[in-house]
Amino acid sequence: MKDIAIVAYQQSDGVSDAGAVNEVELIMPVLERTFTQARLGSAQDVDFVCSGSCDYLQGAAFAFVAGVDALGAVPPIKESHVEMDAAWALYESILKIRMGHAESALIYGFGKSSPGELPIVLSQQLDPYYLAPQWIDSISLAAMQARLMLDQGLITERDMAEVVSRSRRNAMSNPHAQLAGDVSPEDVLAQATYLSPLRKADCCPVSDGASAVVIATVEKAREWGLPYAIISGIDHRIETHNLGMRDLTDSVSTRTAAKHAGMQDGRVDVAELYAPFSHQEIILTRALGLGAETSINPSGGVLAGNLMMASGLSRIGEVFNRIVGGEAQRGVAHTTSGPCLQHNLVTVLEKA
Amino acid sequence: MSQPEVLNQAFELGYTYTRSTGPVIGRFFTELRNRNIVGIKASDGRVVVPPMEYDPDTAEELSEFVAVGQQGEIVSFAWVKEPRAAHPMDVPFAWAMIKLDGADVAMVHCVAAASEDAIATGARVQAVWADETIGYITDIRCFKLV
Repeated sequence: MKDIAIVAYQQSDGVSDAGAVNEVELIMPVLERTFTQARLGSAQDVDFVCSGSCDYLQGAAFAFVAGVDALGAVPPIKESHVEMDAAWALYESILKIRMGHAESALIYGFGKSSPGELPIVLSQQLDPYYLAPQWIDSISLAAMQARLMLDQGLITERDMAEVVSRSRRNAMSNPHAQLAGDVSPEDVLAQATYLSPLRKADCCPVSDGASAVVIATVEKAREWGLPYAIISGIDHRIETHNLGMRDLTDSVSTRTAAKHAGMQDGRVDVAELYAPFSHQEIILTRALGLGAETSINPSGGVLAGNLMMASGLSRIGEVFNRIVGGEAQRGVAHTTSGPCLQHNLVTVLEKA
Repeated sequence: MSQPEVLNQAFELGYTYTRSTGPVIGRFFTELRNRNIVGIKASDGRVVVPPMEYDPDTAEELSEFVAVGQQGEIVSFAWVKEPRAAHPMDVPFAWAMIKLDGADVAMVHCVAAASEDAIATGARVQAVWADETIGYITDIRCFKLV
């Protein structure tokens, strides 16, 4: 089986409201920078293109098709889309390459969440009989999860505040971060609760933006003469949609995915975890068994900016950056989807 | 010059089909309409409310219904200080995971409470029915503290 590598990653700045800029206009500058980094002329120079987005954000069926306008798809290109975070578009692209149908792929994800009421929009992706008609928002579901952990003594509010503080401080060195600053745990704890037991700082912000990645077989990456990081493993698992039947204080599916992605086969220098809420970073860190040797969310993670449908791909891109930058030899990127960490994808990256 | 005749056709956006909720979810909704709450036995014997069609662990088709109580206990909750327009209440309230008497798995619904201090994990609650029940999850208007 051919080894597959990442050769380029770009992300737009996370902004709370992109204003009149539409989705195509969010994607285009990111693709332009990605093509420059990968020394490609256009989407015509890769064998496959796959995107991740969510029509619910635009409020129109097949809205994702408009995203293709950012590519210039004439003459025709081989193209696909997932109604998921673009990390799953990367997963599809890997399958495409492993099947021998492509040697290279461009993956992009985008989301303009600001025009709608995101936590309510997400409620409509829940169980259509028992939950969606109640319009229960994503923050309330996470708040119940956090309380389960607090009640069982698995975390304290201070543990959560420390996650926020580290995210804000790490984000100071991330030029694309939306929320960054020298925030102490005490500063966070001084805030009133927002959706008890969560404080506003425990929740990721609403962001507009896009990110993109180029992958290729290692042979192709060498031919192109680009620095690259090898994708040594990738796996995703999902848990039941019935929240009451899950152990919400753990992430069984993340642990299983990490095992099958081979995460435990070596040291993990860096981990980028898609934790939209502070307590979820603690759940994920424990499920993955990460210790002091691992730098967690050096980018600030999604608490510093959450590009819906692109943040998962960005986690992979951030680990790629650390590896090609020489800061890490090996890292893990995690992506999530669904309420309270229902569906999780784990990617392991290694230095070439 | 006279205006040409404009062709008109009335259009009503609608769905010309009815969706069946099937033997499990349909049974649950029918029971709700009659102001009863039922669960279903999972492969391991746990009583799941609202009932699921298939066991998430074994994929076994489930069919053994069990009547459960209209009172239960709060397993966890989120206190909504500022309800959103789509939310079922326009005053502060809680979303909660509620384990009904006779059930082993908590269900998600809303709870009316005077203040955050009035509600706690472990508190007992009772279902409050809508004035008119139509076979919908919102036939249970909310739960109230007992």
